[in-house]
Amino acid sequence: MTNEIPPYRITGETGEWELVIGLEVHAQVISDSKLFSGASARFGADPNAQVAFLDAGMPGMLPVVNEVCVDQAIRTGLGLHARVNHKSVFSRKNYFYADLPLGYQISQYDEPIIGEGEIDIDLPGGVTKTVGIERLHLEMDAGKSLHDQHPSKSYIDLNRAGVALMEIVSKPDMRSPDEAAAYLTKLRSILRYLGTCDGNMEEGSMRCDANVSVRKPGDPLGTRCEIKNVNSIRFVKQAIEYEARRQVALIEEGGTVQQETRLFDARKGETRSMRSKEHAHDYRYFPEPDLLPLILEDTRVEKIKQSMPELPDDKKKRFVAEYGITPYDASVLVAEKEDAAFYEGVAKQGDPKLGANWTITELFGALNAAGKPITESPVSAENLGKLTLLIKDGTISGRIAKDVFAEMFETGKAPDAIVEEKGLKQVSDSGAIEALVDEVLTANPDKVEQFRGGKEKLLGFFVGQVMKKSQGKANPGMVNEVLKSKLSA
Amino acid sequence: MALDKATVAHVAKLARIKLDDAEIEKYQGDLNAILDWMEQLNEVDTDSVEPMTAVVPRATAERHDVVTDGGRQDAVTENAPDAAHGYFVVPKVVE
Repeated sequence: MTNEIPPYRITGETGEWELVIGLEVHAQVISDSKLFSGASARFGADPNAQVAFLDAGMPGMLPVVNEVCVDQAIRTGLGLHARVNHKSVFSRKNYFYADLPLGYQISQYDEPIIGEGEIDIDLPGGVTKTVGIERLHLEMDAGKSLHDQHPSKSYIDLNRAGVALMEIVSKPDMRSPDEAAAYLTKLRSILRYLGTCDGNMEEGSMRCDANVSVRKPGDPLGTRCEIKNVNSIRFVKQAIEYEARRQVALIEEGGTVQQETRLFDARKGETRSMRSKEHAHDYRYFPEPDLLPLILEDTRVEKIKQSMPELPDDKKKRFVAEYGITPYDASVLVAEKEDAAFYEGVAKQGDPKLGANWTITELFGALNAAGKPITESPVSAENLGKLTLLIKDGTISGRIAKDVFAEMFETGKAPDAIVEEKGLKQVSDSGAIEALVDEVLTANPDKVEQFRGGKEKLLGFFVGQVMKKSQGKANPGMVNEVLKSKLSA
Repeated sequence: MALDKATVAHVAKLARIKLDDAEIEKYQGDLNAILDWMEQLNEVDTDSVEPMTAVVPRATAERHDVVTDGGRQDAVTENAPDAAHGYFVVPKVVE
């Protein structure tokens, strides 16, 4: 698809600047136990209650790879249309930090498990753009430090140490904060569909580092800075924009951007240099001597390929083709797999097009206001489907349907029962409607005169009056017709 | 390839090893002797040989995803110089 949106630019003193953004996402793998030890990988236990001696860096302990974590990485690679490397190698990344008791992280360096792939991101106006994936590798997470428990000490909990992470590195293909946000949204959606990561950014199971540089459009790449510690999609946008403006101002004042690691401070909305990481980039990687290369058989990859779920892009295409809804509505409905499943229920039980509208506008709106997830919706997919059928076959008007919906949301009752109980059936009897129209016309002779004199906008007034008299139950299409014919008589 | 003193000091710093000047000089000699030997190995033509990361010609073993460990907070923190409320306690490290 062609990109009709004007490119995102930052305007500085010396003209327009282009942003170049690449993202590194750390996604915690869904598994029961850790990547290299048999301790539980679950979130939220007592401190250090889920720690094997290996995770604590005790001497003599040996790592053994968790097969499910490997399968999850393969599944994710396939979901990113990426190359699965039949041989990959674990490496040691050496650095000292209090939450890394081994003194090194077991990661993958020059031979990752997954190679190049791609993600199609959804931009406003139904535009899509392909962002390249550079690689995905498996590595172990570090522990957690608590700095606010003691004035001069840090507390360390190693429960997270050794939990499997997938580091997913994009190519520097994004050109605006919105594209970066769209990439994260899509990646999160894919991971959740695959069931390989829960995508929960608040709990830290998906974390993002952003590489940002600026250049004059058409120039070679500028020097980049890496922003760490960004834990929501909104903050990623903020951090990128702040950092790009900082770099533009720096260059225009005659300075040069230093390649460095910066920290995003969400409270101040700014990035700042992490001086302590000065030496940190000297990781002295070498092949992990405690692990042999990871070899994947074709049959293993093939088996996972057979068990792949339908992913958001395919589902979106199918929804457009099968249910005749717009690509935009489809992309909203497929973003979360629970939403997509709900909508399919609505579409199967009712009218697919009306169903898309009612799910997105009314149901999502009501759930949002009530702070409920779709899985706890008081309105079932079946009942929302039935409601769309009642609208479609003319039993109730769209306006009345909103009241019925509110009642359904309140009580969980079926729409036909509510319509029956409250006598909300639409009046489509032409005799009854004519009578109502006559009443309204007789009551407003002056307005009838004005209408006939050319003030045709008054039609809306008449329609409103008739609807009011019918308590909203008159068929609006028929009211319009009858009014027009009577007024022109 | 020969290491200068600054590089030896840098490597020592990365490894958190404190060296005085005399030691730096000693290790400069030792490390350079190792590197010289590597240089000698470099003379062998290995263009057609795949880099070897392990001496055993087989793939790594994998384990089932089962929780078999953990639940021993006390044992894990027993050797720590300082611990409290189940946490390891270390000098404050904060950005």
